[in-house]
Amino acid sequence: MIYAVGLLSIVFLALAIMVIVRVQKILKGVNGEESDDYAVNVNANAIACLVFLILGTIGAVWSFMSSRAYFLPEAASKHGKVTDELFWFSMGLLTIACVIVNVLIFYFAWKYRYVKGKQATFYPDNIKLEVIWTVIPMIVMAALVFTGYRAWTDIMSDAPQDAQVIEIMGKQFGWQVRYPGVSDNKLGAFNFKLINDTEGNVFGIDLSDEASFDDFTNSSEMHVQVGKPVLLKIRARDVLHSVFIPHMRVKMDAVPGMPTKFWFIPEKTTDQARADLGKPNFDYEIACTEVCGQGHFGMRLRLIVEDEYSFKKWMAEQKPFLTEHPELISKVPDNLKAKAAKYIPAVEAPADSTVAQVQTVGIGTASIK
Amino acid sequence: MSAVETILAPQVQAQEHEHEVLPFWRQYIFSEDHKIIAKQYMISGIFWAILGAGMSVLFRIQLGFPKASLGWLKPLLGGWITETNNLDPNFYLALVTMHGTIMVFFVLTAGLSGTFSNFLIPLQIGARDMASGFMNMLSFWFFFVSSVIMFYSIFISTGPAAGGWVIYPPLSALPQAHPGSELGMTLWLVSMTLFIISALLGGINYITTVINLRTRGMTFDRLPLTIWAFLITAILGLISFPVLLSAALLLIFDRHFGTSFYLSEIYIKGEALPNVGGSPILFQHLFWFLGHPEVYIVLLPALGITSEVIATNSRKPIFGYHAMIYSMIGIAFLAFIVWAHHMFVTGMNPFLGSVFMFLTLIIAIPSAVKAFNYITTLWRGNIVFTPAMLFSIGLVSLFVTGGLTGIILGNSALDIQLHDTYFVVAHFHIVMGAASAFGFFAGVYHWFPKMFGRMMNQTQGQIHFWLTFVGIYLIFFPMHYIGIAGFPRRYYQFTSFDFTKSSFADLNMFISIAAALTFAGQFIFLWNVFYSIFKGKKAPLNPWRSSTLEWTTPVNPGHGNWVGEIPAVYRWPYDYSKPGATEDFIPQNVPYSQTTESNFPHETALIAEEKNMLPYSPNDQFRTEAH
Repeated sequence: MIYAVGLLSIVFLALAIMVIVRVQKILKGVNGEESDDYAVNVNANAIACLVFLILGTIGAVWSFMSSRAYFLPEAASKHGKVTDELFWFSMGLLTIACVIVNVLIFYFAWKYRYVKGKQATFYPDNIKLEVIWTVIPMIVMAALVFTGYRAWTDIMSDAPQDAQVIEIMGKQFGWQVRYPGVSDNKLGAFNFKLINDTEGNVFGIDLSDEASFDDFTNSSEMHVQVGKPVLLKIRARDVLHSVFIPHMRVKMDAVPGMPTKFWFIPEKTTDQARADLGKPNFDYEIACTEVCGQGHFGMRLRLIVEDEYSFKKWMAEQKPFLTEHPELISKVPDNLKAKAAKYIPAVEAPADSTVAQVQTVGIGTASIK
Repeated sequence: MSAVETILAPQVQAQEHEHEVLPFWRQYIFSEDHKIIAKQYMISGIFWAILGAGMSVLFRIQLGFPKASLGWLKPLLGGWITETNNLDPNFYLALVTMHGTIMVFFVLTAGLSGTFSNFLIPLQIGARDMASGFMNMLSFWFFFVSSVIMFYSIFISTGPAAGGWVIYPPLSALPQAHPGSELGMTLWLVSMTLFIISALLGGINYITTVINLRTRGMTFDRLPLTIWAFLITAILGLISFPVLLSAALLLIFDRHFGTSFYLSEIYIKGEALPNVGGSPILFQHLFWFLGHPEVYIVLLPALGITSEVIATNSRKPIFGYHAMIYSMIGIAFLAFIVWAHHMFVTGMNPFLGSVFMFLTLIIAIPSAVKAFNYITTLWRGNIVFTPAMLFSIGLVSLFVTGGLTGIILGNSALDIQLHDTYFVVAHFHIVMGAASAFGFFAGVYHWFPKMFGRMMNQTQGQIHFWLTFVGIYLIFFPMHYIGIAGFPRRYYQFTSFDFTKSSFADLNMFISIAAALTFAGQFIFLWNVFYSIFKGKKAPLNPWRSSTLEWTTPVNPGHGNWVGEIPAVYRWPYDYSKPGATEDFIPQNVPYSQTTESNFPHETALIAEEKNMLPYSPNDQFRTEAH
């Protein structure tokens, strides 16, 4: 609330500027100094320049201080810490430049305001000055390019061999996640022509590839292990999407027909983050940042960072895609059916009613066709 | 033919032109006169600006007051207000898309460049009109048809294009992906195709006119910086717009003729499409090959206008005239090789990202030079706060403030987090949107007396400036914070995510209020313009005591601009406050032989050459018509 009041006060400050301008104008009118049409309200505008400079600086500092609390918390990934540091360093440098330049602009505007009969200084060029202010930005830019380049090449380098591979696929409107499974730790092949929403094959998983038998999928959350590199294999099946994990400083487009990737090392578990932030309901989230249609603003996926034990436990609990959709055994080539069989829940013991249901639905759809 | 006849001939011709009376529709509607065409562009630009900015207020209402009941907008928006009295999410996307398209192309390209390149090029270089008046007319009318189609698309039942102003396929290519990709997108593409034709016809004309029709003595290093800016802008447009045309054509093929330039491996609405082998990234490369130069197409004319206005109203020569030209050329060259900095996280090869980061950050250098040169021009000047001058000063401030965050975004490592967040929105609205709009305002305030022969109200103009300037900062400065907090752009609402739903609701509300007020402030300008056209005080010949050629024409220049001979040019356009001179400005057409008291030694040496000056302009179009 205090925050809102403060913000509104900026509006009033702006209005105050207007009032000052008006008052000055009236005063000038009374004095009758500036009867000529050529230069009107000189002092009023000169003062407004100064007022803008002072109030603007106060407003900028104050608004920054009061907004800081709502910025994203410290990066929860290794590379994120680097880019954050680089960001705030650059920001600091640029703020200095911004302040200097704006002070000069408005100070000069005030200081050298029109005075009738005053002679301006004829000063058309100065090579030395030009060289100075070409070279200084050049050096600063070179420094920024160098640090940025190093960070960028590190981030974009190949993922470590031991990285946990996770596939994330964007669709209208939600994220789908696929894990390579616990048995072979290898993502099975996919083909967009095999995608069939009614049969449940949202990914287009190719069941003629035995690596896909133990793959499991999820459409609401992604689990990763703290401290272990994660390699996201990113794709989209309809239009462009973009994987954005704000707390991890991760972003990469999901492109139909062109798989992309991004790897990062999460450094803080969800539990730890909850404790640090004092928010028991805090969650890492994955959002979409490439406009993809009506539901673009709601493509949420929870990201859960946990310790090795919990992660392994969660992995072990997940049911492979094939187990979830046993009717798809028909898509498995005959020579691999034996291998696939162990992922098919035993028919004689349909303890899991959902599986049974899915089966019926599957059969039902098939018969309609 | 003897020399005497050659001299007399143009005068005779000029006389004949004075008496030529065209019917109303030839004089004011299908006019070939650059001044009328400029005004046509200006009026259309203002119309589009009201519409485009008005749309932004609409979606700011949604962003600032997501829970508000918008039933009161039903008379205006009809079915786009849902039964629960909310804004339709699809229409929200249509609004941001149309806002971007309208502002970038119809307002800041056509409205700014179209108005001032047309108006100022012939007047400032000393030409009767554009090289081809007919092509110029054609350019406007292509733009007009393009406008009509775009305007029509707003009212169709599926809504206008809605995939963002960048219209990335596959979203824009697949009608089943979004209602905005149906007829609205087709109309967008047709409209933009016509727009590009218009831009090319205009651009060729600007370039040809500047190169061929300069009056005697108007060498390239005596051209006002406005003309340099318009020339470079036109060259940028000529090279980059055809690439957008190709991108649009391929998209039309993909949409209607079953090709797969941008489409591959797509499953949508329960169906796997047959398209394979295309690449959505190809479109992005083609689009941004125009899209980035486009930033400078809208900004450079504004910077040119600013150069002229700041020099005139500081009563000082522009500092570093040559450095200004070189930096504009530098910016223009670099503009073509930085496009992929919009694509760092599209999955493009990271090595390319490094290259484009390097090239992008170089562009900061000529930009910095320009900013410093403006500031030095203010230093020890005698600054007259005309509304045009205030807008120019404001432009420099915005150019610097907004440009600096570009250094962050151009850094590929930092762009990972900030790409497509409100940080980007804040950045480009300040540096490209607001700065260019300020250039437009400065131009209108400064050249209004030449356009309409009347003065605008200066006090109203100053109030308009402060309202707009403070408003722009209030809107876009806090937007950086929202971007740093990771808020993605083009979101209908922020309630779906924990990281967005519990913060900055009040700041978003504040921004929306500031936007609405700033928008309302523009009506002061509108009033001022339309009132002054009819009721403004009659303008003197040279109200700003400026030294460029346009102020040597009659108050209301007729067809051909000058009565009799076009003046000759003897000096550069920035002889303000020259030591020893009787006035604080010396017009370009005053020979050095008449200003012996203020000449520098190298200028005194030029007096000897003055007798070689032709008695008529060899490029005078009226004169060539005589033969």
